[in-house]
Amino acid sequence: MTYIKPKFRHPALPKNDLGYTKTVYEGSLSTLCAGCGHDSISAAIVQSCYELALEPHRIAKLSGIGCSSKTPAYFLSQSHGFNSVHGRMPSVATGASLANKDLIYFGVSGDGDTASIGMGQFVHVVRRNLNMVYIVMNNGCYGLTKGQDSATADEGSKSKAGSVNLFHAIDLPSLALELGATFVAQSFSGDKAQLIPLIKAAINHPGFALINVISPCVTFNNNPGSTKAYDYVREHIEATATVDFIPLQEEISADYAAGSSKNIEMHDGSSLVLNKLATNWNPQDRMSAMNAMQQAKLDGEILTGLIYIEPETTDLHSLIQTSDTPLNTLDESLLCPGAAALEALNEEFR
Amino acid sequence: MSVNNLINNFVVRFANVNGTGSASANYLFAKAVFRMGIFATPKNIFPSNIQGLPTWYDVRVSEKGYLGRREGVDMMVSVNPQSMANDIKSVKTGGYFLYDSTKDLPEAYIREDINYIGVPLMEMCIREYSDPRQRQLFKNIIYIGALAALMNIEFDVLEQLFKEQFAGKEKLIAPNVKAVQLGMDYIKANYAYPLPIRLERRNLIGDKILIDGNSACGLGAVYGGATVAAWYPITPSTSVVEAYAEYAKKYRVDPKTGKNNFAIVQAEDELAAIGMVIGANWNGARSFTATSGPGVSLMNEFLGLAYFAEIPTLLIDVQRSGPSTGMPTRTQQSDITLAAYASHGDTKHVLVFPSTPKECFDLTADSLDLAEHLQTPIIMLTDLDLGMNDHISDPFVWDDNRKYNRGKVLHAEDLEKMSRFGRYLDVDKDGVTYRTYPGTHPTKGSFFTRGTSRDEYAVYTEDSGAYVQNMERLQLKWNTAKKLVPAPILYQEKNKSKIGFVFFGTTLFAAEESMDMLAENNIAIDAIRLRAFPFNHQVEEFISSHETIVVIEQNRDAQMRSLLINELNCNPSKIKSILNYDGMPITADMIVHQFNNL
Repeated sequence: MTYIKPKFRHPALPKNDLGYTKTVYEGSLSTLCAGCGHDSISAAIVQSCYELALEPHRIAKLSGIGCSSKTPAYFLSQSHGFNSVHGRMPSVATGASLANKDLIYFGVSGDGDTASIGMGQFVHVVRRNLNMVYIVMNNGCYGLTKGQDSATADEGSKSKAGSVNLFHAIDLPSLALELGATFVAQSFSGDKAQLIPLIKAAINHPGFALINVISPCVTFNNNPGSTKAYDYVREHIEATATVDFIPLQEEISADYAAGSSKNIEMHDGSSLVLNKLATNWNPQDRMSAMNAMQQAKLDGEILTGLIYIEPETTDLHSLIQTSDTPLNTLDESLLCPGAAALEALNEEFR
Repeated sequence: MSVNNLINNFVVRFANVNGTGSASANYLFAKAVFRMGIFATPKNIFPSNIQGLPTWYDVRVSEKGYLGRREGVDMMVSVNPQSMANDIKSVKTGGYFLYDSTKDLPEAYIREDINYIGVPLMEMCIREYSDPRQRQLFKNIIYIGALAALMNIEFDVLEQLFKEQFAGKEKLIAPNVKAVQLGMDYIKANYAYPLPIRLERRNLIGDKILIDGNSACGLGAVYGGATVAAWYPITPSTSVVEAYAEYAKKYRVDPKTGKNNFAIVQAEDELAAIGMVIGANWNGARSFTATSGPGVSLMNEFLGLAYFAEIPTLLIDVQRSGPSTGMPTRTQQSDITLAAYASHGDTKHVLVFPSTPKECFDLTADSLDLAEHLQTPIIMLTDLDLGMNDHISDPFVWDDNRKYNRGKVLHAEDLEKMSRFGRYLDVDKDGVTYRTYPGTHPTKGSFFTRGTSRDEYAVYTEDSGAYVQNMERLQLKWNTAKKLVPAPILYQEKNKSKIGFVFFGTTLFAAEESMDMLAENNIAIDAIRLRAFPFNHQVEEFISSHETIVVIEQNRDAQMRSLLINELNCNPSKIKSILNYDGMPITADMIVHQFNNL
């Protein structure tokens, strides 16, 4: 970790379709520990937004409290950010989305922030199908308070101090599937090649998109015996498929072996190309996705990649029929019924 | 008491079983009095129960226009055997007890000093109606008919009320009118009528309206431009958002697209409700929630965030009796301390205290402006009595030239002209800084909102100087708020008394009446009705210019008195308390009695 972020940029840095270099999508210097998985996820978010050529100011990034929730300061400095209170990011994101349906909402949370204090809000934001990307930076421990087990720590996983976790882990992707989530993915902070297309697909998904990212805590949970350590995750990772995200404008040029690939057309016409499919798994069948998660668990594997997708889905705004114009742009002329209507109401109360 | 004093001046109490449709019949009585041009104050005294427990409904009729509750029942309409023994005891000497005489009253229930009027309600219902639910519902209407004969309610008025109530369901008008007729006929055949306590048409009401405070708040939120409502159901606040939904559906659906210019989300709990409100306001939509004390307790953490991160928020707290679950269907003014200093650290919040439905409407709309002007939570404290009971109120007024005050918001063109935007930079030296909505400008105006300490440019810092400077600016904003909050109402034009009453909210009705009662005994009282916290200079001057201050409030711990002592430079020993916290609205008699014992 360098103390001062260099401002010098190579003049020939490549630019995206908006004419922005990747630096436009970066944030301030991370204050997380060197080697923290969360920084890799931040970098993947930067890369995804850059490659998709998103207007940074049309993105809002929200978080709760914890190491993970600090990261919105470390990417997309041209976007408004909101570091709210512990476990309550989903409600703030819901309100923000209700106010302006036209922005892209990034929610960043951790395993404590989502699976413990924030469990109530997490399950409800899933069931409301809020149109947002919800990234859990999952390291199985509480980093900011020095390494206590979290609710996603696996039963039997050993902490740095040597104690063994006694309790079942909460499996967020399986829970989201059960709750009816329409986009569920799992990834690993050390696998950018997989994470970036998943983030891109999640952004394009017109409903709630969960990406649970195993993100090792180098300081408190990277020891032998921990199931969230880099080495352990690398040894036990099993992908559902490789993932390519093809934006609307581009043609699919890759050549995939017949029978082992799947092309999922997304809501806006872009595509998700899956290659080397796991057997007995269909990403558009909830039951098979749930089975795949359970089977991986039985096999002691960490299943990553796209788990489930429902490309056509009805988000909260559509469900409650809010106006196509963002509510935060409406003024008196549309909002206030006026004096004559009020006098008519007075008459009803006489 | 002479007979004349009983005309348009009495209390009727209905004793019913909860869940039998009695409240709407009893409301019919109150509305009929109102339609006859006379002041009527209904109070629904209901249990925390859906069906089966005793419930009461008081209607005070007052020629003089007193709208507070009054103890002492002149006419008891008793249709609940569970509570009958006590109901008989509560009738004033010389008063009347109307009961269902299908069964004889037990000997023990006979008092020599009151008058009994038996009407065989159940027997008449069984004879006239075959459907069990109709038998129950029309029993209520038959006793209204009996009262119509006994107390001179105009038949035409009742008939008209049925026509309005059942517009679109005209089939229901005739059986209701018939039930009234049955009751009237029975009285006319069996009793001398009308009674000395009775109604006489007047023209006292003018253009006033009869409405509950929660409906007025919901309507005020529609008029004030709230587009996002997030809430969690809790008595007695539930009908605020229900009213908002009703009026939003009426006025805010785009006729072309059929889509809504509003969003309502029933949240999973109060924490999520206030979180959504904060998220929406952060993103530039006017948003509010309504709850009661237990909800405010849950919302504390978020209120601290909204205070420190400076996000407009409107929270309507319809207070009920605490602590804990307390008496959830009884009134109190006991969330003052909680609301004023909600959340940890040095937090304090702007409070507003409406007293009438008109003020509920006005202050809801005004608070949406004020919240955005000050970029802070505004907590409106009403109570169950104001929120759920109908009150006679001045009509609602709106000025079509009124523009919403969206506060200090920079748009793309403003940002274009600036070199560097500082979210917490006090440009105008009033403590209120400029904000931007997300998505405004491609390269300028973005900032990071956080509950952690930050500098003037919203950059995280643990620098002591920057922290202190920010806290002092928030204090400056607090002082700015004093000039913007609703001013108190002073009652001291005529008198220059050494005694000053201080009251707020629904205590208004009993307090004004008590001042008249004391004036009749040549005790002049000055008074101030508080409408907001922080207290402005008028409050400070009123306290300092009177030898004795009496704070009248509806809680045990004299919370407003504590707040005055805490916030103002005044001598606590001269500040006395008159308190009522039994869950029932305070009365003028209580105030006079406690005043005489001070």
